[in-house]
Amino acid sequence: MFLRHLSLVDFRSYPSAEVELEPGITTFVGLNGQGKTNLVEAVGYVAGLSSHRVSQDAPLVRAGAQQAIIRAAVVRDGREQLVELEINPGRANRARLGRSPLTRPRDVLGTVRTVLFAPEDLALVKGDPSERRRFLDELLIARQPRWAAARSDYDKILKQRNALLKSAMPVLRKGSRRRTDRDPEELERALHTLDVWNGHLAEVGSSLLYARLRLLRDLLPYLAKAYDEVSAGRGAAQATYRSSLHEEVATQIAGGDVPEQDALRQAMHASFEQVREQEVERGVTLVGPHRDDLVLQLGDLPAKGYASHGESWSFALGLRLAAFQLLRSDLGTDPVLVLDDVFAELDAGRRERLAAMVGDAEQVLVTAAVADDVPATLTGRTFHVTLGEVSREPD
Amino acid sequence: MVQDLIDELGRLPGIGPKSAQRIAFHLLQADPADVQRLTEVLTVVREKVRFCETCFNVAEAEQCRICLDPRREATQICVVEDPKDVIALERTREFRGRYHVLGGAISPIDGVGPDDLRITELMRRLADGAVEEIILATNPNLTGEATAAYLARLLSTMGLRVTRLASGLPVGGDLEYADEVTLGRAFEGRRLLDA
Repeated sequence: MFLRHLSLVDFRSYPSAEVELEPGITTFVGLNGQGKTNLVEAVGYVAGLSSHRVSQDAPLVRAGAQQAIIRAAVVRDGREQLVELEINPGRANRARLGRSPLTRPRDVLGTVRTVLFAPEDLALVKGDPSERRRFLDELLIARQPRWAAARSDYDKILKQRNALLKSAMPVLRKGSRRRTDRDPEELERALHTLDVWNGHLAEVGSSLLYARLRLLRDLLPYLAKAYDEVSAGRGAAQATYRSSLHEEVATQIAGGDVPEQDALRQAMHASFEQVREQEVERGVTLVGPHRDDLVLQLGDLPAKGYASHGESWSFALGLRLAAFQLLRSDLGTDPVLVLDDVFAELDAGRRERLAAMVGDAEQVLVTAAVADDVPATLTGRTFHVTLGEVSREPD
Repeated sequence: MVQDLIDELGRLPGIGPKSAQRIAFHLLQADPADVQRLTEVLTVVREKVRFCETCFNVAEAEQCRICLDPRREATQICVVEDPKDVIALERTREFRGRYHVLGGAISPIDGVGPDDLRITELMRRLADGAVEEIILATNPNLTGEATAAYLARLLSTMGLRVTRLASGLPVGGDLEYADEVTLGRAFEGRRLLDA
């Protein structure tokens, strides 16, 4: 698929912008702070309903404006669709597909698909587990948009369960220390309530975990190949899933097994039993997909802490390239590939190899402060971005 | 003074500043008799309407209309979250049993636990063994489902028939517009067609 047109109103630094796009390679060149990244950020937002730079929507709206609007015309298999998003910080966002409004903005997911490379990607290797969970979940949603609903249900149940652990649990805590003075009825009620939320969390959590594990199983071959290419054959990239479930199942999962969803649900229940006292003590849920991690390895060593800066970059690129290849083979069409300011971060060898690997994508959008950073093989049309003005360089 | 009226109206659920303004000016221009009637109803409602001592539905006496009606089955109790759910179910004219209004749903975030709902009162109604079926009609959302699951567990030892309202496709709708969760539920709850 490719974007044919992008239109912004009050998005970031742009009061308004209209950009005509074509398949193939397009490069946006301009000094820092002129608005290059804002353009591709909008593309990423249309695809995933979140920004790769900020977690809140407020910074996306131009200072002084009430709302930002992104419109994108996307062409897939010769058919054009128009997506329109209205970003209303503090209120519900709204989405339109074609001319018809959608009940929920998340119904727009899947219309535009992107894989976005950015300087922030280094955190996939060096950052917290939350970065890698986000990578998995975003890819899961890009692949099958229905997971967005499960993801949001999971967060809601988790909040409820944590609130319960914090508030209604003194009776359980008291019980763990002095068994004599707890009211048996009150205790029973507390346990019943906790059981109900355990059931909900295990149901949605096990399906999310099952989906992540299957995704990882499909992704790994692409990861090994992509890392091999981008690092010019230096080492084998591996990734294993570290589960917060009880040891037996966690070992099985770390070994690359994908247990059935039913087994995962039962394992979640069993794990809740094991950690109950700690959970009550700390008032947070200690078991579930929100506590898991993806352990990245180079050969036998963990990438985090052992990999050099260059190797870490190769790994981050490998993950994104693998995501691109997986989506390409899944969807039967290429996602829009976005390279936001990555070439400045890479040495000459990695630049050339990355350029060679993505050059055949249906549409590639590149941003760079210095045109010379972009390998010659990736030069296509060039736009100059200056103080929020986007103008095309004559061919 | 007009602003006071707008402010008061704006506090009502579902009424924003613009609607409040429209209603206020409508009242100013309306027939004085209409406005008089509205004020009277408001006062009377506040004074007379209270909650049924048995089922906690809105009532004008100690017990509500439904609990007082001898034709309603005493063997079935339909458990709902709010009095407005009773009104919705009554519109169907399907159900001939009685109700029990919980007064909300279990939601730890809002500080609502089982003790804050009228669950003890429900258990008390079941003590004499006259009730045979409990229909759980809490909302099909996260907190409603949690409440239903909690009650189902609590009632499981009492030898009652515990049922849950079916959830699935809206009548008159199109399959292609149903979301996956609803479709999935509809699939789970499919039933045999008698030929």
